[in-house]
Amino acid sequence: MNALKLIVPALQHAFRGGTAFKVWVAGLLCMMAWGGAAYYDQLTTGLIVTNMRDQVSWAFYIGNFTFLVGVAAAAVVLVIPAYIYGWKPIKEVVILGEILAISAIVMCLMFVVADMGRPERGWHLIPVIGKMNFPRAILAWDVLVLNLYLVLNVVIVSHLLYRGIQGRPYNPNLVVPLVLLSVPAAVGIHTVTAFIYAGMAARPYWNASILAPRFLCSAFCSGPAIMLILFQILQRTTKIAIKDEAIWKVAELMAYAMFLNLFLLGAELFKEYYSRTEHLLHFQYLFSGLHGHSALVPYAWAFVFCGIAAFLIFLFPATRRNVVTLNVGCLLIYASVYIEKGMGLVMPAMTPDTLGEVYEYTPTLHELRIGAAIFSTGFLVFTLLCKVAIPILTGEFAAKGSPASQAAAH
Amino acid sequence: MSCPTGPLPLEPGEETVTPEELSRRDFLTGVGLAAAGYLAACTPEAREAYFAKHFLELNAEEVQLRMARLKEDHKTRYHREVTVSAAPPKPGVEFGYALDLSRCIGCRRCVYACVKENNQSRDPQVQWIRVLEMEKKGGIDFEAANPYYAHEKVPDPDHFYLPVACQQCRNPPCTRVCPVGATWQEADGIVVIDYDWCIGCRCCMAACPYGARHFNWADPVVPADELNTNLHVLGNRVRPRGVVEKCTFCIQRVREGRYPACVEICPVGARKFGNLLDTESEISRILREKRVFVLKAELKTEPKFYYFYGI
Repeated sequence: MNALKLIVPALQHAFRGGTAFKVWVAGLLCMMAWGGAAYYDQLTTGLIVTNMRDQVSWAFYIGNFTFLVGVAAAAVVLVIPAYIYGWKPIKEVVILGEILAISAIVMCLMFVVADMGRPERGWHLIPVIGKMNFPRAILAWDVLVLNLYLVLNVVIVSHLLYRGIQGRPYNPNLVVPLVLLSVPAAVGIHTVTAFIYAGMAARPYWNASILAPRFLCSAFCSGPAIMLILFQILQRTTKIAIKDEAIWKVAELMAYAMFLNLFLLGAELFKEYYSRTEHLLHFQYLFSGLHGHSALVPYAWAFVFCGIAAFLIFLFPATRRNVVTLNVGCLLIYASVYIEKGMGLVMPAMTPDTLGEVYEYTPTLHELRIGAAIFSTGFLVFTLLCKVAIPILTGEFAAKGSPASQAAAH
Repeated sequence: MSCPTGPLPLEPGEETVTPEELSRRDFLTGVGLAAAGYLAACTPEAREAYFAKHFLELNAEEVQLRMARLKEDHKTRYHREVTVSAAPPKPGVEFGYALDLSRCIGCRRCVYACVKENNQSRDPQVQWIRVLEMEKKGGIDFEAANPYYAHEKVPDPDHFYLPVACQQCRNPPCTRVCPVGATWQEADGIVVIDYDWCIGCRCCMAACPYGARHFNWADPVVPADELNTNLHVLGNRVRPRGVVEKCTFCIQRVREGRYPACVEICPVGARKFGNLLDTESEISRILREKRVFVLKAELKTEPKFYYFYGI
């Protein structure tokens, strides 16, 4: 009962806000409704409403799923220095990284469900009740680690927030082990996702041992890029104190990650273009087009150039500390990794198909609408969780709460 | 599924219940009754469809129920009497296939016989056999393959033809990646799918090196008068929307000792089929006397579908 009295105002606060907040939430709800209607069509008529076919059997949904696994894994970039090295300026924003991870995993799971032909049979995946093909199928591993990672983050965030509402410090005996466990779990979700692709000998574009390292490097770029922009928005719209020092440190880490990402890409390109085996076809489809099909070519070069430009911006302290160039760099990284780990990962592997046919895929409006709805849901989850978390972090709730919390706040 | 186990609507005497608890209990009771009512209204077949267990976990009685449900299902949708079999693999049998590339003329009769025999969707078109046309001077090169050739007359003198369907691998990558174990290799070597268990994630399609797996992107359309009524649970029963399907060597035929439809229809006798464990069978003789090869041997999928040049 006592707990309810504390939680209810926090939840009420989540849905209250100024005009800008209301417009934002209303906009998200509209997108969700528009995309929800598209998903209803897909449920009732089948995945024929997409442009996926037997030749290209995974596309937009799975591309977005892969990208978002990277975003979710990137919370670890903040967790490592904050907890292992006790690095104070980042510690206060770790909780926001974890909220981002929760939102990203929610979107990941929604994209997987959107891609399923029989979503109502999802229970077949549940161990014991269903018949999970574990440990043989990597997708089964992925279901387990993604859900474990989601639960971990939900537990950590709820504990921190609940204690925050009460105005009491968090229990380090609970939080520190869980946070330390979330580090390998974050690496795990991205490695396992990469292994789904890397384990398929039928698809030479994926069947490379360099794939998992490339996944991790690009994740350590894209996740923080989103967070840096969010931090700046929160700095301006809320009372939360995010030190510039924290932002610069994250930007520096991103420069290293982007260098490794570009280096590994270069290593892969060298191997394929120098040895010129039939595996080269997929890279040719991506970078120069194949048999007159070149839908991906502009995007491919965009991701390379955006990646290089962002690397240079984040490499030099002067440009990563300048607000304008910092944000340009974040957008460039976001664009680069979204293309590379999204469509740039899935489409070339499927084109040409295993029997050499080139079917050029572009998403339908239904796919884009469903994608927009899923992103809107993720943004909504993030917005509402932040609305609850930020006043707690800044002590607004504690000050208004019980005498005990007032004492703790001072 | 849950049935109402709690108390049914409250007796008038129970006054200690607070309004809050009352409404919650009423709500739960209502949900339970609705669920129970729904289940009671369902026929056993409908229940079987909804809460279907994995095929390999069904007992004999449940297999009968599944067959009955499929029979009923086809009757309602196509107004045709069908026979549904769940014939298991025979001991001492491992099926193998050989295709004589020097005989194949690319007429695609096998494709259409397969579509008809296995009740494949006409719209959108699903075809388990893909005949690739390749240039004679280029050899087997998938990049240069054309599945959409449309000559007035086949064979075209400059080309040869390579029909590809499920290679029935001994080491199938598709069954390994399935997250719910909906596809597996039977004791007679046929790779099958439980169409009532597949969740439609299409991992197997990404993993198959031969493009042998096909997805039901929409509700399959099979004209009622063209329906093949001799069905097998793991084979040519009409598939539901949203699941993956594939060649089963015509499981409904070969387990009755008949040839697959493609072997029977082939006008030039390019297709050979039989029991690999029987040393006197035609397939065993071909493996002994001809020089055979398999597609993408470097992937070590070890197909039981062989190609050879007989002439």
